[in-house]
Amino acid sequence: MEALIENWVGRVAEAASAGRSLAIRGGGSKAFYGHPENGDVLEVGAYRGIVAYEPTELVVTARAGTPLSELAAALAEQGQWLPFEPPHFGAAATLGGMLAAGLSGPRRQAVGAVRDFVLGVKVLSGAGEVLSFGGQVMKNVAGYDVPRLMAGSLGTLGVLLEVSLKVLPLPVAEKSLRFTIDEASALARLNQWGGQPLPISASAWHDGVLTLRLSGAAAAVAAAQRALAGEELPEADAVAFWQSLREQTHAFFAGDGPLWRLSLPSVAPRQALPGSTLIEWGGAQRWLRGGDSRAIREAAAKAGGHATLFRADDALKASAGVFQPLPAPLLRIHRNLKHAFDPQGVFNRGRMYPGL
Amino acid sequence: MSIESSVADRRFPVDRQALVNRLREVLPAQALLVEEEAMRPYDCDGLTAYRQLPLIVALPADEGQAQAILKVCHELKAPVVPRGAATGLSGGAMPHRDGVLVSLAKLKKIIRVDPVSRTAVVQPGVRNLSVSEAAAPYGLYYAPDPSSQIACTIGGNVAENAGGVHCLKYGLTVHNVLRVRGLTIEGEIVEFGNAALDAPGYDLLALLNGSEGLLAMITEVTVKLTPKPELAQVVIASFADVRLAGDAVASIIAAGIIPAGLEMMDKKAIHAVEPYVNAGYDMDAEAILLCESDGTPEEVAEEIGRMTAVLEKSGASGIRVSQDEGERLKFWAGRKAAFPAVGRMTPDYLCMDGTIPRKRLAEMLLAINGLSEKYALRCANVFHAGDGNLHPLIMYDANQPGELERAAAFGAEILQLSVRFGGTITGEHGVGIEKIAVMAEQFSLAEIATFHGLKAAFDEHGLLNPGKGVPTLARCREYTQARAGSAATPTRS
Ligand SMILES: Cc1cc2nc3c(=O)[nH]c(=O)nc-3n(C[C@H](O)[C@H](O)[C@H](O)COP(=O)(O)OP(=O)(O)OC[C@H]3O[C@@H](n4cnc5c(N)ncnc54)[C@H](O)[C@@H]3O)c2cc1C
Repeated sequence: MEALIENWVGRVAEAASAGRSLAIRGGGSKAFYGHPENGDVLEVGAYRGIVAYEPTELVVTARAGTPLSELAAALAEQGQWLPFEPPHFGAAATLGGMLAAGLSGPRRQAVGAVRDFVLGVKVLSGAGEVLSFGGQVMKNVAGYDVPRLMAGSLGTLGVLLEVSLKVLPLPVAEKSLRFTIDEASALARLNQWGGQPLPISASAWHDGVLTLRLSGAAAAVAAAQRALAGEELPEADAVAFWQSLREQTHAFFAGDGPLWRLSLPSVAPRQALPGSTLIEWGGAQRWLRGGDSRAIREAAAKAGGHATLFRADDALKASAGVFQPLPAPLLRIHRNLKHAFDPQGVFNRGRMYPGL
Repeated sequence: MSIESSVADRRFPVDRQALVNRLREVLPAQALLVEEEAMRPYDCDGLTAYRQLPLIVALPADEGQAQAILKVCHELKAPVVPRGAATGLSGGAMPHRDGVLVSLAKLKKIIRVDPVSRTAVVQPGVRNLSVSEAAAPYGLYYAPDPSSQIACTIGGNVAENAGGVHCLKYGLTVHNVLRVRGLTIEGEIVEFGNAALDAPGYDLLALLNGSEGLLAMITEVTVKLTPKPELAQVVIASFADVRLAGDAVASIIAAGIIPAGLEMMDKKAIHAVEPYVNAGYDMDAEAILLCESDGTPEEVAEEIGRMTAVLEKSGASGIRVSQDEGERLKFWAGRKAAFPAVGRMTPDYLCMDGTIPRKRLAEMLLAINGLSEKYALRCANVFHAGDGNLHPLIMYDANQPGELERAAAFGAEILQLSVRFGGTITGEHGVGIEKIAVMAEQFSLAEIATFHGLKAAFDEHGLLNPGKGVPTLARCREYTQARAGSAATPTRS
């Protein structure tokens, strides 16, 4: 394993002196996300395996190349899991890719995102140094919170080598309910329920149907089901439904047309944008098929959020940009941070923003 | 006695009169304190052993004034130290001798409480508890509840990533803040995060949390509000042996329970608190655990049943469950008053803040008892046990020659042990000035250098709260050499 890292240190030094970029690749399951890979591929999937896992500490540490499926299986054996339900987007998905992409699944609004569960990281920097930040404990304010900074940084700050995550027990009981309801009323209801102590762990509205998932202690789930009414989904259907949202295998996501992700305040009204929409996270995540890039970005900003061109061909990505442009002072801080971790600009150059 | 700060390694050649003149141009007279007597109350935070007068104290009334101060300081290259309520326990808000201490206490408006989006927008000087009070009419509250919540400010909470007794289940400050608006050292307005659940680009919002005033001055915060659970109940379990109490903590988690709060106090802490608060704690116990459940009445009944079973099996010698909200608050009042209660027993105390894996709690407690004998100083222990976060309170008398030095050495050994046990030197109080040397225990030179690079990404000239949080590389080398010379084994390469 250490030989692998030595080899990469050499690759990084070579790329730096040649002024080239390295495209870091775990399982390649999220290669579609962000701007296209650029430079020589650095395969990191071989650096894998769980390093430490103690269920009573609620912490797992694994090498970044560990397949997510392997990690999930090890946790499930102990009745635990990654509660933010990270999308895999393919069997090859790795832990490192999960953190670098920073994507979370249906439970995000209820429990938090990837970044909320990262406790520590070991990274290989652009200067070829192996650095550790954070740790394996729940509370840690020694030094800046670099582990959380890594979440969603798309590999632009270094090669993730090891990741420590907080894990939680699996919910005891789960029930999914369906309601026939229009978009505006669904948004209103979701926000109203959000202000009550209800065990809602996921929500999705699409095409006139709202689906809710309740999770928690059996008694709490039963009480909420009585209060909310709604039509109960058979368990197998419910599991398949939430999985199809997490993995984007639901019919809404089919086809090659562009897919936009709007991250908005949950209370933002129904967006008057053309194209089919699917709403998650109590209104805070809204998917949109097709549409005019500029109108979408403007609408998202006006509503207090931002829009990501989640899936599209390279030409559209190049013209529209994948991520919402940053205001000047923030862009400056981004460039400075990139420089601090990767002074020669070796890692995933341009994957997130031009110049990063 | 006090440790006059020799801590800020770096001096800044600032012309005081020029600075005063420029600040007078941009601020109303009452917003500046320049007389020593007027500045005295600002010379320290909760870590009272460290004191330092600044050149000037500034008290902006709004963001515009704060911005004007920063622009002047940036132009004249004068250090700036932000300050909230100064309840910090690591010296983060201690002034810099060449700079301006900026108190944000006057920025204390609750701008908006929105029950529909379950958020509140507040200025940095708003007290933690006032947010929950303002949200209460809507059945909502702000979850992070540091024991200092009646006094500490949201700005200070963000800057320290403060925790509370309920953060095992509800998260730390970083998990409950959506957006921070702030000023760069240049005086530029920046927004980290937004009203949605995530923002484009790097997660700078996460970086701001726990940044100890070194990256930006916080001028506005959007916090998440949480629906109040229908019911909460707390179990108090007594133990005749600290080892049993420590193991009970692991057993509760192993049973798949995430309590809303899980706290531990040792005998000394119980004996400090009980006469002061009459919380109803068992004075004969070697340690007690407070274990809270919240949710629907059915859920709480079920969980309390499971908790009680685990605690009994773990050898608890007595178990009590709060019977009503009044009793629950009384049980917690004891825990929340632990620091002031210990403060009554001793002229001075140092509060440590290491975090370790839960399974080593008992081992740590026994090691601390040993150190207490070695240094001949009393130590009371209160732990956020569910998170493995320790608060040993080392009692000393600064007027007795050598006691402060002994207390500091005692504390340093606890922090070294925390790192050796696989933990960290600070869980929630921050590095500040107090733990700056010990940072070298936990981080390599290359890691410390990366922190400096990160800081420079926000603050090129190092003007925001200099000398705090991250030691200079020279200090790290000194520390490592001194440690190598001593008998203790280094913990990390
Ligand atoms: C009795 C007692 C109990 C405590 N219990 C807890 C506890 O349970 N959990 C916990 O986490 N802490 C606890 N603390 C520590 C302390 O209350 C927290 O660290 C708190 O967050 C500090 O807030 P403050 O407003 O007092 O900040 P200050 O002490 O004034 O400042 C703290 C740091 O924040 C920076 N800062 C303050 N305001 C701003 C701003 N607007 N912009 C940028 N930087 C800023 C300062 O420069 C400094 O570095 C306790 C302290 C006491 C005295």
